[in-house]
Amino acid sequence: MASLGEIIRESQIWKSVIRHPMPVDRRNRVVVMLTNFFLHLHPVSIKKQGIALSYTWCMGGVTFFLFLVETITGVLLMFYYRPTLEWAYNDILALRDVTSLGLLREIHRWGAHAMVITVWLHMYRVFLTGSYKPPREFNWVVGVILLLLTLLMSFTGYLLPWDQLAIWAITVGSNMARATPFLGYEGPGAQLLSVDGIDMITNASDARFGLLGARFVGEETLNRFYVLHCIAIPLGVALLLAIHFWRVRKDGGISAPM
Amino acid sequence: MHHIDQDLFLGKVSGFLGGYFLFVAVMNAVAAFYLWRTGRSKELFRVGGLPVTTALFWLAIAMILTIASAFAFGGTPWGMPLVLMDFADWLMSPVVYTVGSLAVLSLMFVARDFFVRPFVAWSGLNIALFLMGLSMTDQDFYSIVGKPDNVPIVGMVFLLGYFTWLGAYKAVINDRRIANGEEPLEALDKEKVLVWPDLVYTELICMVALTALLIVWAIVLKAPLEEPASAVKTPNPSKAPWYFLGLQEMLVYYDPWMAGVVLPSMVVFGLMAIPFLDFNKKGNGYYTIADRKFAYVTFQFGFLVLWVTLIVMGTFLRGPNWNFFGPYEAWDPHKVVALNNVDLSEYFWISALGQARPKAPSDASTAVQLGYILLRESPGIVLLLLYLGALPPALVLYSRFFRDLFVRMGFLRYMVLSNLLLMMMLLPIKMVARWTVNMKYFIAIPEYFLNF
Repeated sequence: MASLGEIIRESQIWKSVIRHPMPVDRRNRVVVMLTNFFLHLHPVSIKKQGIALSYTWCMGGVTFFLFLVETITGVLLMFYYRPTLEWAYNDILALRDVTSLGLLREIHRWGAHAMVITVWLHMYRVFLTGSYKPPREFNWVVGVILLLLTLLMSFTGYLLPWDQLAIWAITVGSNMARATPFLGYEGPGAQLLSVDGIDMITNASDARFGLLGARFVGEETLNRFYVLHCIAIPLGVALLLAIHFWRVRKDGGISAPM
Repeated sequence: MHHIDQDLFLGKVSGFLGGYFLFVAVMNAVAAFYLWRTGRSKELFRVGGLPVTTALFWLAIAMILTIASAFAFGGTPWGMPLVLMDFADWLMSPVVYTVGSLAVLSLMFVARDFFVRPFVAWSGLNIALFLMGLSMTDQDFYSIVGKPDNVPIVGMVFLLGYFTWLGAYKAVINDRRIANGEEPLEALDKEKVLVWPDLVYTELICMVALTALLIVWAIVLKAPLEEPASAVKTPNPSKAPWYFLGLQEMLVYYDPWMAGVVLPSMVVFGLMAIPFLDFNKKGNGYYTIADRKFAYVTFQFGFLVLWVTLIVMGTFLRGPNWNFFGPYEAWDPHKVVALNNVDLSEYFWISALGQARPKAPSDASTAVQLGYILLRESPGIVLLLLYLGALPPALVLYSRFFRDLFVRMGFLRYMVLSNLLLMMMLLPIKMVARWTVNMKYFIAIPEYFLNF
């Protein structure tokens, strides 16, 4: 009498999805890595030393995991949240008080803080083990961009609750753009960019205006940051993550003494 | 800061502190048990002929912490002695904080053979956790450290401490082995294992543990939500998100175009440039300090000193009007700090030469006015040109270390490296110039928003 598990695993439907037998012996543990889409990111075998937690600290993996957590909770939050002056704050209140469990936003926010920390720790580990050295120079550069994008994702998300903490943190943070050399209206050199005495760089055309969509943090900013936070930056991160992981494999896997 | 009655406050935090001390006690008890079971326990000293081992020592610490926990649960948690708190507040200032953290980190680096010993590191962790527990009974300390958005930073400080220790611990062992002509630890095990199950299962366990951690964190600590946004009510202090507070701290010493735009861009550019500037082939794939001392020290200085400690300062020690407050000091928005900062051009023309600063006639053309401005600011401009242009070649001529760098790297890469290093060093230089001679700007051209 076959067990239910065997019946399922022998069925045509199961076999059409999972194309390998159970990974219980050496051969099938190799096959599973080669035929499973989610696992093919990994090699089949790996240096034992290279996966020691005390060597890798697991921080790159944790950062990626947190990115997935942020994506999932972020999509769920988007079901509830409307980025308008009228609704943003109230929707956040409702997320806390009305939504079941009321934990979505907490997980999303703490996950975001944690992600900033873990991406720094990942960089720290890669530096301390000299893992940016040839042949991994380019992947380090991709990693620096990913770190920057992580900060920008967190920064754009900071505004969305639309409370005092949010708008003033973003006001302080984005005020710097006003002083961008040449491109900010209070930046050095901006006065030089004038045609027939008409300034090209004003508080309605400079870098800060481009970031905020307005002269100060307002509804246009909320919309702009919402799109950056939910669509633009995550798409860029996803693309760079793919390159980052691909290059880890192509550059010889996890680093080890040469 | 709204103070409530201290007894009421203690009642509020005693439950948390009881759990906290109990947690640290259990941590020590587990460590003692581990040392005892694995036979790693060593004799520390003898009392009346009886040996006190490390396991016994940490067990005793665990007992003391359990008593602390009992006191806290009983509503009378142990607090920091008032004298110590007053002393810390009195002592603390941007100078003491910055120079102090640099000195402590330098000491730890120089004496790393001592500090990486597990017993020493574990003692350090215990002291830090214990002092933090005692400090939590102070309302001012609690209100800053316990702020929901600041909790991750406290966690980050401990994580960074742990990982800095771990990296240095492994590096010290490897350096000793390499000095003896042995391979680093990472080279010993050349065995390969299958990713399924060895890596896949680790990842799965990590994912489950992290999910649990995030859910518990989310239940215990509510995400902050303040009053609805208001464009007319400016909070004091207004702070950027915590990871940018190092940049906000730089605003004290630099104008926004430097602190907010140029220097962050250079940080990003400099990080990206690291693999192309570090020609040292050693230290790839294993922890080491001796094989790459210059790279190690430079990175630690940039990351731990200039980035992390400034964030910690911006978060915990900067209050209303961005004034500096000690860890146990109330954030008084009316605190007055005398500010009398002077530009270099004023020092040069007025103080040293005893004459007015050069000023163009009011009807002069733009070009003439520009000439006068350049003349007025010439001391700073010359200094800057010397610093960035003449110092790198001078280092090559007079320092063997930099000469070797120059020979190995060639002109272009050497100039990029030295200028990045010099720009990094400008921040501490500006800090010291501000603290000692109230230097405001080396180059002050407010006419074109170009203050440096």
